Amino acid sequence: MASETGIGASVKRKEDARFITGAGNYTDDINAAGQTYMVFVRSPYARAKINGIDTADAAATDGVVAVFTGADLAADEIGDLPCGWMVKSKDGSDMVAPPHPPIATHAVNYVGEPYAVVIGETLEAARNGAEAVDADFEELPAVVDLSTAASADQIHESVPNNQAYDWELGDKAATDAAFDSAHHVATVDIVNNRLIPNAIEPRAALGEYDAAAGTYTLHTTSQNPHLERLVLAAFVNVAPEARLRVISPDVGGGFGSKIFVYAEETAVIWAAGKVRRPVKWRAERSESFLADCHGRDHVTTAQLALGEDGRFLGLRVKTKANMGAYLSTFASSVPTYLYGTLMAGQYTTPAIYVEVQSLYTNTAPVDAYRGAGRPEATYVVERCVETAAREMGIDPAEIRRRNFIQPGDFPYDTPVALTYDTGDYEASLDKALEHIDYGGFGARRAASESAGKKRGIGFSCYIEACGLAPSQVAISLGAGVGLFEVGEVRVDVTGSVTVVTGSHSHGQSHETTFAQIISDKLGVPFENVTVLHGDTGRSDYALGTYGSRSLAVGGSAIIKATDKIIAKGKKIAAHMLEAEEDQMEFADGTFTVADSNQSITFGEVAFSAYVPQNFPLEDLEPGLSEKAFYDPPNFTYPAGAHICEVEVDPDTGVVDIVDFVAVDDFGHVVNPMIVEGQVHGGLAQGIGQALLEHGVYDDAGQLVSGSYMDYTMPRADDLPSFTVDTTVTPCTHNPLGVKGCGEAGAIGSTAAVMNAVTDALGVASVSMPATPETVWRAASACGEAPKAPKEGE
Amino acid sequence: MEITLTVNGAAKTVDVADNALLVDVLRESLGLTGTHVGCDTSQCGACVVHMNGDAVKSCTVLAGQANGADVTTIEGIGNPDDLHPMQEAFRDNHALQCGFCTPGMIMSAIDLVQKGGGALDEAAVRDGLEGNLCRCTGYHNIVKAVLAAQSST
Amino acid sequence: MYQFNYHRPSTLDEARSLMAGAEDGVYLSGGMTLIPTLKQRLASPSDVIDLGAIPGLTGVTVNDGTVSVGGMTRHSEVAASEAIPALADLASRIGDAHVRNRGTIGGSIANSDPAADYPAAVVALGATVHTTNRSIAGSDYFTGLFETALHDGEIVTSVDFCVPDAAAYEKFPNPASRYAVVGVMVARCGDCICVGVTGAGACAFRATALEEALAADFSPGAVDGVGIDHSEYNSDIHASAEFRGHLVGVLTKRAVATIA
Ligand SMILES: Cc1cc2nc3c(=O)[nH]c(=O)nc-3n(C[C@H](O)[C@H](O)[C@H](O)COP(=O)(O)OP(=O)(O)OC[C@H]3O[C@@H](n4cnc5c(N)ncnc54)[C@H](O)[C@@H]3O)c2cc1C
Ligand code: FES
Ligand code: FES
Repeated sequence: MASETGIGASVKRKEDARFITGAGNYTDDINAAGQTYMVFVRSPYARAKINGIDTADAAATDGVVAVFTGADLAADEIGDLPCGWMVKSKDGSDMVAPPHPPIATHAVNYVGEPYAVVIGETLEAARNGAEAVDADFEELPAVVDLSTAASADQIHESVPNNQAYDWELGDKAATDAAFDSAHHVATVDIVNNRLIPNAIEPRAALGEYDAAAGTYTLHTTSQNPHLERLVLAAFVNVAPEARLRVISPDVGGGFGSKIFVYAEETAVIWAAGKVRRPVKWRAERSESFLADCHGRDHVTTAQLALGEDGRFLGLRVKTKANMGAYLSTFASSVPTYLYGTLMAGQYTTPAIYVEVQSLYTNTAPVDAYRGAGRPEATYVVERCVETAAREMGIDPAEIRRRNFIQPGDFPYDTPVALTYDTGDYEASLDKALEHIDYGGFGARRAASESAGKKRGIGFSCYIEACGLAPSQVAISLGAGVGLFEVGEVRVDVTGSVTVVTGSHSHGQSHETTFAQIISDKLGVPFENVTVLHGDTGRSDYALGTYGSRSLAVGGSAIIKATDKIIAKGKKIAAHMLEAEEDQMEFADGTFTVADSNQSITFGEVAFSAYVPQNFPLEDLEPGLSEKAFYDPPNFTYPAGAHICEVEVDPDTGVVDIVDFVAVDDFGHVVNPMIVEGQVHGGLAQGIGQALLEHGVYDDAGQLVSGSYMDYTMPRADDLPSFTVDTTVTPCTHNPLGVKGCGEAGAIGSTAAVMNAVTDALGVASVSMPATPETVWRAASACGEAPKAPKEGE
Repeated sequence: MEITLTVNGAAKTVDVADNALLVDVLRESLGLTGTHVGCDTSQCGACVVHMNGDAVKSCTVLAGQANGADVTTIEGIGNPDDLHPMQEAFRDNHALQCGFCTPGMIMSAIDLVQKGGGALDEAAVRDGLEGNLCRCTGYHNIVKAVLAAQSST
Repeated sequence: MYQFNYHRPSTLDEARSLMAGAEDGVYLSGGMTLIPTLKQRLASPSDVIDLGAIPGLTGVTVNDGTVSVGGMTRHSEVAASEAIPALADLASRIGDAHVRNRGTIGGSIANSDPAADYPAAVVALGATVHTTNRSIAGSDYFTGLFETALHDGEIVTSVDFCVPDAAAYEKFPNPASRYAVVGVMVARCGDCICVGVTGAGACAFRATALEEALAADFSPGAVDGVGIDHSEYNSDIHASAEFRGHLVGVLTKRAVATIA
């Protein structure tokens, strides 16, 4: 460890001072003089034709400033909300995306879809106005059920069979051959339940238009303000990029749901120009439920072919993925390139074939939610593995061991298009087994049984591809944007440092970790480093935060910029010390002439760069400020072993998580405290999916779980304390050797919990979420499925 | 209507609509934006403040009900140079990530510890935080922080 | 919220005359049910009459085998009371700490939410509901889904509970809202056994079949023989009527086991 504040130290967070004192600055905390309030008028129907919208009464309501419909946006040539990732079907055809006007014009296709906006002097006036908007709807039967959506009524005129695409990956023939020679085939039918992200800060926006300058400023709850600006400028035509500034101040969690460009910010910023006054909107939680993009929602059949020795020979996966009513910003990539590509897991399965049919339904759009595709893939693979272990009578730890890619096998090309750079999967599993005391499980199970409870243990050895992404790979696979990141390191005159990153922190702690990196690399005191983010007016175009990419990609950009600072500093120092540049060494904030006692501090060099008296102005520009763009050569591959132990009350179906161990390999860790926190949060969401959370629509397409009264958020008393540990195989292709830790908890944990629940009950499967009634019903079928033998049992 | 209340030790008189909520008084009339709003069904706890010595959800108290009350918000318990032990425990234990739930969580935790008589164990803390949702931390470090604050006070 | 006139009377008479004079008035006590309803614009009263400043409506007092709880007594205060431990336990499990710091027994039983906890105690502990106009037997008080025997403008001033020989409350909370999916209060008073059930039906009720079986044999095993008719029970995404029926049995057994 370099120092108490350098890389590897659990430094306390810089951002906390404001958050714990109530001085955070979230979008809803920002007000503009003369601001108005926007309210969205939302569809009460899952599917209806709009025959007309009468806004006269709304416009005449006291305090209403303006009422707009989709027609007003269209008249201003405001474009559709685009999907930024082109996925092709098996037959080579392009995916089919229906038009997605921000404000519906002719039809509404999910409950909560906005079809008008009302702007008021006060929120109350706007709400009164919204109630007075009178639309003539012709209700149509809703398409809700994913499994039958392809043969149901056609929702969009331009989308036959409600199908976005029918995609495949892998070698079908080789996979079929593997199944032909299999000794055993394990089959699972699973539903990956729909989740509703629920960052505790609801989405919000404040749009301002400066008529004199012709510029727009949008404060909003975005994970990636540059992307927001690009889409609003280039596709939606709100304003040219140069005249639109997007600022994401403090953002209260995102988990993917704040990546996307939504109708609401679009309407807010556009309307600010129309009414020439600031326009503010903050989602009510009930709106968030209806109108934030949801996550997951797959129906899958998967089969694992095994040899007599328990070796995996082939994997076949057939999935239907729910896209909701429209294709959201990155929706198409989630069940394809972030899903099918992960089907090798940690294993040497030689032949894999994945088919994914993505379908539209009359439900809220579905897009990336923490883990995005990878939790779904892990769930498929790890449920298959567990099922195979039980059916073949092999210890679940042992069957995984037999199939792990070995440390000597890297770089390892999977049959599903990825090249894993490094890993040691057995090391993580071993450590996790030790933490959970696997050998003692049999005794614990017996103790539970004698107390009338059922105990189970479940494994999940997950892998993820993150650090999104090598731009050329992503673009060749359909991405509409590059996926690099930018970092700027500005050394101040007095030697303090300001870092500007294109990544965005909404809980990830960039202000701390990025300062640690700078402090470590430049020897500048940690307190003298300030990290700025979240403002298109401050940083160059960059892609923001998602896919566990901030440190691996954003941090690497900062390292590159820092390297440039050091290189220039050496030149300056060499001049000042009258030495040769190649004799200069830099360590701990001091430039030293090799093999001499001549040295000069980083601060002195910085000062000289800005007060260039003793400075090689003929060869070198003054100043000490560098910027770098970093485009990763590969994804990073965090992986780990999660083990969950549960106790089930068969009388009530209540599942108690008695122990949860996560051992993850994130490569090098900059701040262990922060990494552990990221894992905890991810585990809570993954466990939430397994036991609690479920976005439920009824047959008419009404969202039944539309508030915290019915959508079960994990609370403190639903969860245990976690045991979290790490192993380290450094990423081979980025300068910090880091892999990313933001999603791992959510990716690995769900399968571990479900494997534990089914193990406890002795049943082949339990549907997710494993709610008390579901478990109680499954418990009555107890003991029907084979159990795997376990060490110590 | 006009109401008078004590907020963080200072007497305040504000003119509010009959249907104003305490949280509106705090955030809008008094500019105390540390108290947050995270839901519309009184469940998330982002808005928790102390009123007459009890933790309450300020989104579910009418301004009129708070007339004459003594209200303490996150801004009133400490400042960066002189933190309340609970604030310090939250920072030291990394009990916050995005920080949005944090003010309500801290205010709830202070009330919980004050009324717990030093006897709270992990289960009691988890139970006591039932009314506060956090989506970031998985509660692990929040529970640690509350227990740490209990033993430091 | 829609606009309304807010009033804060200082006597019951003043409250009632404000109500009488209001076009469409509503009382406010803890606000834990009413305010969320107003916020979501699910109600639009002309006047909100806050009972919070009326003296004499709070507190738990014990008198001759009867525990009297003032109508405006907060759940937290009942939770801290000692006269009927099962009642205190029930109160301690209503909502969360913040809800208990504001919500009142009068508001709870006036609202008669099918998933509320107190109603189980009202029907099981021989309660009497005192109002500004009269006294209502607990067994006659709940009349249907969000329906009670209260007349317009009537205010719940206190609720009396008989102190049982022994009682226990078992709750199966809704995992999301934490209201009762099913709550069962079992009380024994001499030979008399009361089983009050909330959450399962349109409003709280006494499970007479269970009571008879337990009167004959006060043991958890006695519950097994009772067929619980769940045909009229509530059903939602968290629990089917059948599961609720099952839970009534399980919770009754557990309550009996605690007492016996
Ligand atoms: C997050 C949350 C969780 C909750 N969980 C639970 C739970 O687990 N179990 C449970 O039982 N409850 C729960 N509740 C409801 C809570 O207990 C309420 O406090 C209670 O139902 C209503 O009481 P109140 O004093 O807040 O009434 P208010 O909301 O003020 O009023 C409710 C209704 O009763 C009327 N009213 C109020 N007082 C009187 C009176 N004295 N006489 C006549 N009419 C009156 C009002 O006009 C109104 O119609 C929860 C509430 C919330 C917000
Ligand atoms: S804002 Fe959610 S409880 Fe008050
Ligand atoms: S820290 Fe983000 S919600 Fe709790």
